Amino acid sequence: MPRLEPGTGKTKWYRSDGAVAVYSALISILIGMAVGAIIVIVVGLLKSNISPAGIWEGIRLVFLGVFSTGRSGSELSFGFNGVNLGNMLFRATPLIMTGLSVAVAFKTGLFNIGAAGQFLMGTMGTLSVGLWLGWAGVPTFVAWICAFLAGVILGGLWGAIPGLFKAFLNINEVITCIMTNWIAANLVTWWFDAHEIFKNSAEGGKVGYIIPLKNVGVVTPKMFMDVLFKGSQANGGFWIAVVIAIAMWIMMTKTTFGYELRACGANRHAAKYAGINDKKNIILSMAIAGCLAAAGASLYYLSGNTEFYWSTYQKLPAEGFNGIPVALLAANHPIGVIFSGIFMSMLNISGIQLKYLTAYNEYISDIIIAVIVYLSAFSMLFKTVLSKKIRKGTGGNVNAEPSPIEVKAAEEAETEKVKVPGDFEEEVTKDFKELLEETPDIVKTESEEGGQK
Amino acid sequence: MVFLIQQTMLYAVPLMIVALAGVCAERSGVINLALEGIMIFGAFMGVIFVRVFQQAGWTQDQGQIIMIISLLLTGICGIAFSMLLAFSAINLRADQTIGGTALNMLAPAIVMFFIYMIVQQNTMGMAEGGAAGWFMIKPQTFGLPKGYSWGPIIDLFINKVYLTTYICIIIFVIVSIFLYKTKTGLRLRSCGENPQAADSLGINVHKMRYLGVGLSGFLAGVGGFTFSMTTANMTSNGDVAGYGFLALAVMIFGNWTPLNIAFGSILFGLFKCIAATYSTLDINGDGVFMLNELGISPYVYRMLPYIITLVVLAFTSKNSRVPKAEGIPYDKGQR
Repeated sequence: MPRLEPGTGKTKWYRSDGAVAVYSALISILIGMAVGAIIVIVVGLLKSNISPAGIWEGIRLVFLGVFSTGRSGSELSFGFNGVNLGNMLFRATPLIMTGLSVAVAFKTGLFNIGAAGQFLMGTMGTLSVGLWLGWAGVPTFVAWICAFLAGVILGGLWGAIPGLFKAFLNINEVITCIMTNWIAANLVTWWFDAHEIFKNSAEGGKVGYIIPLKNVGVVTPKMFMDVLFKGSQANGGFWIAVVIAIAMWIMMTKTTFGYELRACGANRHAAKYAGINDKKNIILSMAIAGCLAAAGASLYYLSGNTEFYWSTYQKLPAEGFNGIPVALLAANHPIGVIFSGIFMSMLNISGIQLKYLTAYNEYISDIIIAVIVYLSAFSMLFKTVLSKKIRKGTGGNVNAEPSPIEVKAAEEAETEKVKVPGDFEEEVTKDFKELLEETPDIVKTESEEGGQK
Repeated sequence: MVFLIQQTMLYAVPLMIVALAGVCAERSGVINLALEGIMIFGAFMGVIFVRVFQQAGWTQDQGQIIMIISLLLTGICGIAFSMLLAFSAINLRADQTIGGTALNMLAPAIVMFFIYMIVQQNTMGMAEGGAAGWFMIKPQTFGLPKGYSWGPIIDLFINKVYLTTYICIIIFVIVSIFLYKTKTGLRLRSCGENPQAADSLGINVHKMRYLGVGLSGFLAGVGGFTFSMTTANMTSNGDVAGYGFLALAVMIFGNWTPLNIAFGSILFGLFKCIAATYSTLDINGDGVFMLNELGISPYVYRMLPYIITLVVLAFTSKNSRVPKAEGIPYDKGQR
């Protein structure tokens, strides 16, 4: 519970749980990008073919890559780049969906590392049904819906498998998710290998790919995205993802079912004691997570011009794993996932700009993402410490008078300022590091059950 | 048959040593999901070291020495990398699953970044030659003519094998003895079961967990190097084909005990080997490729290791003996 204001009895908005989550996410992002910039500098200094000007270009692209408009003369130019921004939203679509998938499972106390497999199953369902109905001459709209649903249902069923193992046999979902990922990769390859009709043999240079859905006309409408971002791949899929995210937020916070899911996540045994069917909820949560990840795949491939390389049995799609940082950065909040998804795809675009405009390569953005995930592992702790600090001052036991020392400590904590970029510049926290060095009580996050018991 | 056994060992040995890496960490109470990442990092560093030696003018005759030194250096790099996990999991008490996932993402990113910076392509191999030419034990290694044979039994052990197989087995045995027969090993295991009780007896839980994770990093790094050398021709491309995760599965399969893990990894190695070579596999030497003629899709063979893991987990989950304090950050005040 954050501190309540004496006058109004409400929490100041900048001190609420949500705001604290945003601060810690922003701190993680800043540190992550700083690490990226440091790597750019160090590598630039070590490599003889990168000049100081090249290093400066690299740093600017790391932070502002999405606004890059290429080179004019020898200088990099920046400005509004409709293609980049549109592609950013387009690539954000599957990330938002897989991020939601991970976030919803997290709320139920499950770590869904199987989004990659569910994503693949969704790909298989959508592409197969879309192509099949497209050839059969079914009206485009109906075919679109069927293709989307086919992917989603398949993904949901696939996601339910780790849920079943967890609920009935109490096997750690991490290990079953990893196994189902690789089984899915083999199954999907097997399916497309066995069905020659789906393979793109007509276009040269596209051997090994599945026929894109634009060839049969089953594509997502643009929904004004082509007007806003001319020349980009953006389409209505992004809006659909946003709507689904909002729906998930409503489901998790405003419905009984969402409450039951969160109760299972907070304490499975307590939830069971309160009469909640924990097994059902665990299975359903994983199934929903599977549906969401698969929906990401469906929206991605229903954009029409994306191609799927079918021989994927040795490689899992990156979108599946990138859902994890998206969810973590958003602190598992469905609305936050939209923004963190966009941010992640912005980093991707920056990486691509780096690759084409400088001597660096796109993997720098992966490093930044990984660093952010690493930091977000203890940003949870950071949040716990912060809210505990606030609680020490006023809340906790409402009847107990806080001791003067504690009040003083809480006041001290609040007066130290950290500048947060963007619109906020409020008194927020003590130094991040200092807080970490304080030893809090056990930080038991939702997913820490660890191992099967 | 000789071929099958040798191939199985190639697949099984990295699995075995990485699964033992998992045991070291988990027995001390830290979930090491980062095995995959450490392997990827180890494979990359291994290739780097071999390249450095080659560029420093070491020749093919010194292949075995290069390999042993690189192997040890790689293990040390694995320790360094695993310290990232140890720091977040032990000092900062962060969620260990997320920390491990972060390392799993960090390793391929760093590796790919530097591979592109070094060789401008997505795979980095040795500076010259191949793994088989430099590091494989052949009759030529002993100064004998090519094609020389010692007879089937001895061939099985020293013809066309890698020395790493034996090194890894020796390390495996040493670490197993360390875990089960020494004082420190007992203390380490106690920290994974009941750290509060261990602390009350004067054992430094943080130190023991650092030891466990560090040991785990060493073994996983060595495993990554071995994997890269024996199955990927000493190349690194930011990927170890999910071996780290498979090793985790083997670890659970083997119930966190070294002997069962050795058995489990041989079983998995066998299935992996069948998946890779089923079409040219001649089990009883009659010239008939039996598995190929069964007409089962290759994808079934490729799926088998994973499906079997699931099935075995389903049947053995009831008597699974997971370390009790695994994944729970140590808190002095908790009872």
